[in-house]
Amino acid sequence: MTEEKSTPAADNDSPEASEPAVDTSSAKPSPAKKAPAKPPVAKRAASDAEITRRGLFSWAAVAWVGFTAAIGGCMTAFGRFMFPNVLFEPPTSFKVGQPEDFPPGVVDERFKESYGVWIVNNEGQLTALIAICTHLGCPPAWLEAQNKFKCPCHGSGYYKSGINFEGPTPRPLERARISIDPDDGQILVDKAQKYLWEQGQWDDPSSYLEVS
Amino acid sequence: MKQLQDLQKAIVKSQIWKSIFRVGIPTDNRKRALAMLGNVVLHLHPIKVKKSGLRMSYTWCMGGTAFFLFLVETITGLLLMFYYRPTVEYAYFDMVDLREVAAFGIMRELHRWAAHAMVIAVWLHMFRVFMTGSYKPPREFNWNVGVILLVLTLLLSFTGYLLPWDQLAVWAITVGSNMARATPLLGAEGPGAAFLTLGGEKLIHVGSDARFGLIAGRTIGGGTLIRFYVLHCLGIPFVAACLMAVHFWRVRKDGGISGPV
Repeated sequence: MTEEKSTPAADNDSPEASEPAVDTSSAKPSPAKKAPAKPPVAKRAASDAEITRRGLFSWAAVAWVGFTAAIGGCMTAFGRFMFPNVLFEPPTSFKVGQPEDFPPGVVDERFKESYGVWIVNNEGQLTALIAICTHLGCPPAWLEAQNKFKCPCHGSGYYKSGINFEGPTPRPLERARISIDPDDGQILVDKAQKYLWEQGQWDDPSSYLEVS
Repeated sequence: MKQLQDLQKAIVKSQIWKSIFRVGIPTDNRKRALAMLGNVVLHLHPIKVKKSGLRMSYTWCMGGTAFFLFLVETITGLLLMFYYRPTVEYAYFDMVDLREVAAFGIMRELHRWAAHAMVIAVWLHMFRVFMTGSYKPPREFNWNVGVILLVLTLLLSFTGYLLPWDQLAVWAITVGSNMARATPLLGAEGPGAAFLTLGGEKLIHVGSDARFGLIAGRTIGGGTLIRFYVLHCLGIPFVAACLMAVHFWRVRKDGGISGPV
């Protein structure tokens, strides 16, 4: 007890120098009765005395930088964890059959369920319209009797060509890239590449196939 | 009769009793206050309540109602969790079974109606606080906590909406989550996202933006269901409960329930 009280007092006298603390600690073992218990206490007192004011600040800076880096690393890992590496979604590129399978005027709904596109043969052009309403993303339905696409969510309507004419939607449906596979002559649709009417992209030859 | 009184005396003087009720029967105001402060359940209630705080026409009791409905949601929601499995395969049928097969099938209905009521109660609470001017200093901080709690309530409602996994749920969340596309910087179609590129590659696209992280894919699917389930049952309620504690604490510290300070 008495030593612990005496060493801080030495600190106050000369905080920079460690000698007084060392001196007291080395001087202490002279009372021989509690010799084995003393060295650890004396060591701790000596090392405490070595911490200077400047040293404390630099250690605190290291500690804070380390702490911030650790928290930042954790947060980055947690954020990245929420983005899966593998998606179990249908492929964006797929084949739909021969051009002859789509006679003039047809709106083919066979691939809407699996891939989310209609294959439309309209006025000599074969197009792949993406079956997502351009208003808020619901799936419109093809109404054969009324010759239009109609969205059940908010009533947006589109002509067979995909051009909007009623309801809240601000723009036409989007086209997917469409081409002929040179190997087997099948139609190849790639949803990763979209063509927007309002940006003049429907003139792009990759957005339609010329059919008779 | 004598034996009964002795028994009562023995119980009240026992160490167990004294360890729970430290003050004893309060006989004066000071001891009554101490009894309130020394008891974890009683201290939740303020020692003194202003007369205006008791007037229904003044407070509408909408804050208390919202909290009560939160407790109803917690308890009924906990019960629903014993049956509901958040997978594409089971979610809808578990929801139907909760109504048709489970005993007290009203639990799902209670959960649903209390959810609607809670959203309404929180809005009315906000309206009342605004009309009584209770957002003014020193309560402005608590108003902000309340706004966050309002947003959390709406998010709870939004995440819970997907869980029945019927047509209405899926398409409502499709429409709702499309808003995340327009997140500034972090949404693929949001302002500023086009500037975030690395070596010509877009950093923010449909496979890496805020919406993708929210729904775990490019379209609503099984990943979205489990993600919304965890947020609905654990994430948002935990944050909301913490903020509610802060909210109620500040109500007390800022001069009690509404009324002039």
